[in-house]
Amino acid sequence: MNKIYLDHSATTPFDPQVLKKMQPYLTEIFGNASSVHSFGQEALKGVDWAREQLSKLFGCKFKEVIFTSGASESNNLALRGLVMAFRKKLEKKYHIITSKIEHPAILEVCQALEKEGLVEVSYIGVNKKGLVEVDEIKKAIKDNTILVTIMYVNNETGVIQPIREIGKMIEKVNKNRIPNSESRKPNDRFKKIYFHTDAVQAVNYCKMQANYLGADLITISGHKIYGPKGVGALYIHEGTPIKSITFGGHQEYNIRPGTYNVPGIVGLGAAVELVNNQSPIISARGGSASGGNDQIRKLRDKLIAGIQKAIPETQINGDLANRVPSNANISFLNAEGESMLLMLDLEGIAVSTGSACASGSLEPSHVLRAMSIPAEICHASLRFTLGKGTTEKEIDKVIEVLPRIVERLRKMSPLKR
Amino acid sequence: MQYSDILMDHFKNPRNQGEIANADGVGEVGNPVCGDMMKIYIKVGKDAKGEEVLADIKFQTLGCGAAIASSSMLTELAKGQKLEDALKITREQIAEKLGGLPKEKIHCSILAAEGLKKAVANYRGQKFTETHEEEEVEKEEKC
Repeated sequence: MNKIYLDHSATTPFDPQVLKKMQPYLTEIFGNASSVHSFGQEALKGVDWAREQLSKLFGCKFKEVIFTSGASESNNLALRGLVMAFRKKLEKKYHIITSKIEHPAILEVCQALEKEGLVEVSYIGVNKKGLVEVDEIKKAIKDNTILVTIMYVNNETGVIQPIREIGKMIEKVNKNRIPNSESRKPNDRFKKIYFHTDAVQAVNYCKMQANYLGADLITISGHKIYGPKGVGALYIHEGTPIKSITFGGHQEYNIRPGTYNVPGIVGLGAAVELVNNQSPIISARGGSASGGNDQIRKLRDKLIAGIQKAIPETQINGDLANRVPSNANISFLNAEGESMLLMLDLEGIAVSTGSACASGSLEPSHVLRAMSIPAEICHASLRFTLGKGTTEKEIDKVIEVLPRIVERLRKMSPLKR
Repeated sequence: MQYSDILMDHFKNPRNQGEIANADGVGEVGNPVCGDMMKIYIKVGKDAKGEEVLADIKFQTLGCGAAIASSSMLTELAKGQKLEDALKITREQIAEKLGGLPKEKIHCSILAAEGLKKAVANYRGQKFTETHEEEEVEKEEKC
């Protein structure tokens, strides 16, 4: 059976070009990139090359890129690292603003920092389209706010958040906080509000220049962009106060100790190189896609249209206009998500669901719930995420198979339509 | 989380799925807000000794793979049994017969066991309180 993978937001397959770039670093180039001898220096070249690719992506300086073990670590470092740097300056309770639709790698860091009594956190809601509203963030800003962290693209709905607009708003607030640019003092940097965005789901489709976004901190991950798992990066704008949260080495400017994961870093660099070479990229807020992204959008739209035509009582979750071209999040009323997922899997089709039943908890998707979608409709949701390898034949197959599955489950349900 | 082959078999080929038009008793448990909902239909007959037996049992379920498989297994265990014996079917038995259930899916087997008890109570004209219900209400507030 030819399997069909429509879960690219969970992880992407390896691009062969990435693997090719990595291979030497898994075999003959084995040195420790911190060693002074030639073995180390050769490995370091790989790390430097990768850092160059990432600095192109962010449009930033070489030293503004920090390699990590992935997005979760990047998020932990961004949030906790900033709070720790501020605390070193002045021990008071600081304030963080985030949204209710963030990934657990943000939400749970916030909760941990709250529990430790280090910060207070405002969790901003979203509108029915799944969008964070800039004004809501603005309203939440307080004197002790030091950080706003909002994801670039939501992993469940694919909805693109107004990152650039938030960045601009924060910039204005900061101008008022530090009025006279002539007489800047070193301590001024502790008066600013910093802006972090978890951009793991955006890299393939959205503009990533830090300057354009107005972001001080940006998280990315290798395995969402056809690169390796276990490697990610954090862009840290020069001058942003960040303290190390792990200890034991001098690597990455003392911010992130640990022996360089050279093959992983090179793989991340190779994946980013592919992103850098794909052009043009869609604007920060939707806009039109080109190249490979155009094809993905075409297939995604075909999938949605096909499903809507063949299956009654469906609902698209989240704004379609402000969404990455790869995502379709659809609820099939009176059919349960995990059951649909399992039946699709039996047909060789991999998707994901916002149903509680598949999450290991009893809670349905916190993202869909934040959009005021009733719990029973969350349980009925499926997330299809396409990738650059998705073919029209695969989409046709899903459109052929899914109606039977939904009908079968609806027939099994005690709820009468 | 992993499902056993037995469970997957019951999910793929559910036994006794459907409704009984002129059922003697019906028990509906769970609710769609919390993701799982089951309706158990029973037809009661008498055996040679004149004791009440489950002549037929069918289910309808809206829910996850474990919920569908638990309902299916329940009906398989209960069908043809004396009413009194069928009432003794526990959630542990259902889970065990399915080759085990992941921890977070235990409530599916609870629902199935209670669905039958509720159907029998309905047949007998008794009131049945789901022990699961309290838990359910709490959960509802959260989910």
